[in-house]
Amino acid sequence: MQITIQDIEQIALTAQLELTAEEKERQLEKFNKLFQDVEVLAQVDTSEIEPLAHVQSIKNVLREDLLQESLSQEKVLQNAPDQEEGMFKVPKII
Amino acid sequence: MNYEAVIGLEVHAELSTKSKIYCSCTTEFGGEPNTHCCPVCTGMPGTLPALNRKTVEYAIKAGLATNCTISPFTKQDRKNYFYPDLPKGYQISQYDLPLCKDGFVEIETENEKKRIRINRIHIEEDAGKLLHGEEDNNSYIDYNRTGVPLIEIVSEPDISSAREAKSYLEKLKAILQFINVSDCKMEEGSLRADVNISVRPKGSNHLGERTEMKNLNSFRSVYRAIESEIARQIHVIKSGGKINQETRRWDENKGESYPMRSKEDAQDYRYFPEPDLPPLIIKNELVERLKKELPELPDARKQRYVSEYGLPEYDAQVLTSSKELSDFFEETAKQSTNVKAVSNWIMGDMLRILNERNLEIVDIPFPPSYLVRLITLIDKGVINGSTAKNVFDLMFDTGKDPDNIVKEHGLEMLKDQSFLLEVIEKVIRDNPNSLDDYKKGQKKVIGFLVGQAMKATKGKADPQILNQILIKRLED
Amino acid sequence: MQLHEYTISELSSLISKKEISILELTQHMLGRIEKLDSELGCYISIVEDQAMEQAAKVQKMLDKGILTSPLTGIPMGIKDNICTEGILTSCGSKMLSNFVPPYNAHVVKKLYNSGSVLLGKLNMDEYAMGSSTESSYFKKTRNPWDTERVPGGSSGGSAAAVVAGEAIYSLGSDTGGSIRQPASFCGCVGLKPTYGLISRFGLVSYASSLDQIGPLTKTVTDCALVLNAIAGHDPMDLTSSRRIHPDYTKALINDVKGMKIGLPREFIDDSVEKNIRDAILNAVKVFTDLGAECVEISIPVMEYVVPTYYIIALAEASSNLARYDGVKFGYRASNPKDILDFCKRTRSEGFGTEVKRRILLGTYVLSSGYYDAYYKKALKARAIITREFNKAFEQCDIIIGPVSPTTAYKIGEKINDPIQMYMEDIFTVPVNIAGLPAMSIPCGLDNNSLPIGLQLLGKRFDEQTIIKTAYTFEQNTEFHNLRPNLNV
Repeated sequence: MQITIQDIEQIALTAQLELTAEEKERQLEKFNKLFQDVEVLAQVDTSEIEPLAHVQSIKNVLREDLLQESLSQEKVLQNAPDQEEGMFKVPKII
Repeated sequence: MNYEAVIGLEVHAELSTKSKIYCSCTTEFGGEPNTHCCPVCTGMPGTLPALNRKTVEYAIKAGLATNCTISPFTKQDRKNYFYPDLPKGYQISQYDLPLCKDGFVEIETENEKKRIRINRIHIEEDAGKLLHGEEDNNSYIDYNRTGVPLIEIVSEPDISSAREAKSYLEKLKAILQFINVSDCKMEEGSLRADVNISVRPKGSNHLGERTEMKNLNSFRSVYRAIESEIARQIHVIKSGGKINQETRRWDENKGESYPMRSKEDAQDYRYFPEPDLPPLIIKNELVERLKKELPELPDARKQRYVSEYGLPEYDAQVLTSSKELSDFFEETAKQSTNVKAVSNWIMGDMLRILNERNLEIVDIPFPPSYLVRLITLIDKGVINGSTAKNVFDLMFDTGKDPDNIVKEHGLEMLKDQSFLLEVIEKVIRDNPNSLDDYKKGQKKVIGFLVGQAMKATKGKADPQILNQILIKRLED
Repeated sequence: MQLHEYTISELSSLISKKEISILELTQHMLGRIEKLDSELGCYISIVEDQAMEQAAKVQKMLDKGILTSPLTGIPMGIKDNICTEGILTSCGSKMLSNFVPPYNAHVVKKLYNSGSVLLGKLNMDEYAMGSSTESSYFKKTRNPWDTERVPGGSSGGSAAAVVAGEAIYSLGSDTGGSIRQPASFCGCVGLKPTYGLISRFGLVSYASSLDQIGPLTKTVTDCALVLNAIAGHDPMDLTSSRRIHPDYTKALINDVKGMKIGLPREFIDDSVEKNIRDAILNAVKVFTDLGAECVEISIPVMEYVVPTYYIIALAEASSNLARYDGVKFGYRASNPKDILDFCKRTRSEGFGTEVKRRILLGTYVLSSGYYDAYYKKALKARAIITREFNKAFEQCDIIIGPVSPTTAYKIGEKINDPIQMYMEDIFTVPVNIAGLPAMSIPCGLDNNSLPIGLQLLGKRFDEQTIIKTAYTFEQNTEFHNLRPNLNV
């Protein structure tokens, strides 16, 4: 399963990452190396197996519908790179 | 060539739980920006979601009330995409194992009842609100709404017209309100609809290319947008063009829709099971308990109004179109002996006044018993029909009970025969030709003269007595 | 003996007997950090003022008899991916180099309540993605045994600080070996608890179904003490177990008679350095001399544990790191052209190469068309691996083996071969995949006088058997007393 530069570009777009040409080459090389090793997985017979998303068998853990005090507006915005009038500020979204 | 429309609706309803779906912040509408937030709903590093039990229960109730099957095993999944109103860069939703499936809702079309099937109902979290600067090049984000619990109700493409879509939406709204899981206010965004529309030659089995319509903020928008899009699609096809599969944005002011940036369509959401939340096993006992907790649904109530109160179907339909309206009607009807009058007053004058004054049922400044009293006053002949309308208006203005208003304004019907005779005499004197017209056989004169007498008495005269006196006088 | 050389249990006794004051101890530790840290680079932030304040406050509470925990007054360090309110929590990344959380992680709250004194936040591989702490945005941490070598990772700062005496104990996090491997490279005890035993609320997520917080300490006793303090259900973390956990100090028993100790043949093959193999076999002899039985077992799935781990971990990571978009916190690119440029550049400039690599890989294995072949397949492989380990535990009470196929290597030696580094996680990742507990304890030195770690794997929620076995080993050997010569 050979991955191409175009694949890397597509993935980067989906992941909102911008790579230089050199970075793309390096990542591509490592990608293909890793996926060589991943091939061994394809050989494993998993036809009768259910995917295991949660290693614990716990189910039905829920929280009661009770209110707790929210953070102050100040604390919510305390790490904001940019803010105005109590809102997070970003370049215009068209 | 005749075309028919194939329409499906995706409806999002905000659930009226106290706290958000994954944290304990309030779901209250409004508030200063970013004051209903915590590290969890703003997606701060290290935070984890904790599922609100009520969200699941409300969603199950919505499923039961729409005849869905409740899935015995269900889980949440991450829907991954980037947008500034989505703090975690993913939305926790449900992908392949929704909580409810395969339900339906019945609507009234012109001729008959129609079943609109529901494909699925699932739970998910709401995103934040974006504001776009008018003069500056910035956008602003308020996360108060992130994490408010939503149910997404996806219909099958069983809807065939704008009217049916509106009925479907109204029926869903009534149901969700009746079972108390959502207040369904489109203006506040607690009920939202996206529409999928395609057209095809009438009778064809093929599905045409469909478009998705967004930004529908009222029932009226839904209606207009669908009509507009059906017309547009037919026009394109008839002119030999093709429909592009795209998402369009409705502009209510302009009455038109525009294609949105098509990058929306190419999203790969990379769904995978949410590792931070254990899956759910929905036991029968829970479903049975919730079923028992369901109140009477709109359709059942409508049937009851027809059989118990003897109301015509149409009246029953209108009165059960919203929970508050229906509750007000029932309270009033319970206390009254003239249910038909109650129905007429509510469907007629009351809805009119609410509309004119932009009020909700909850804003009515008097209790149902006052309306009962008003009707009694008419039935007992204390006031006449047109006075009653004035009194009703004054009840809205002042919140006072009708007896009080009638006394204060001296609105009792005038029944004194000798007084009314004098009024009649004056009216006849003022209209000398009327006597002759009557003798000539023009019975219309009676109505006219009664009208004049009513005017003279500022509408307070008892019209029946007036009529009697007048006819006697004219005969003489 | 200097104060930093004592264990928690020893210090606890000295403190309660009033032979030393908490302030004195804290000052000593801060002094030691000042002497050593410019060279070793264990800490990203040191909180002198808070530490002194906390020390004074805790002393008062101890004197009033309000605080009785064995951790009262014990100075500690916390890995910088665990949120501390009001204190920089950077995850070793430029992306969070200015992030000050408005809340404490659950485990931090518990440790503060137990009277521990925070000295500072410890260095790590960026976002816990690495095995050498070389990818930290701030600095490299050096192995106290040989400062030209890596301390291991991603909890490199946590391990080095304990061994160098810059903290009496520390907290780290382990997703694929990030506590155990640095513990083995630096020669201290490191425990990755059963998945679900410790709340993850406040741990900046790398891979949600694999991450666990755990203690790094000088001795097994100290490990049990810290474990007691941080274990337990947290309603803010729905994956944290509701089980009532036992008192882990009750498992500190010097006895392995009749215990069945499994040694998988895949764990001592040629891929492991000879020094390490010898040390493991020597450990087996220690146990069998004490009456345990060594059972040779086989875990054939070892062939694909690494790809399984990386697919699951990276997929989850790619999603967990999507929130870093410059909007609400953290780094933001300057002068963005528009909103798209803003997001992409923020992420590209804020993340280091290895983090970006893992995000790309994770995004790929989840993407449409590849999900079934990779992610879903890996989840199925996970089911098989878990089943196989459960089967292995039918033949034995505990499984032992190496932590890593190598000891600490030179700084810069492997950083350009990340895929090779991934492969060296082979003995640690299956533990995370199956959600099992595992501990690394010192079991010898190699020919370069570098520490070798012995890994003990237990059944889910059976930390007691691990503690008992490890304690017995400690009581019958001297390896845990070995310290690097730091000339200070």
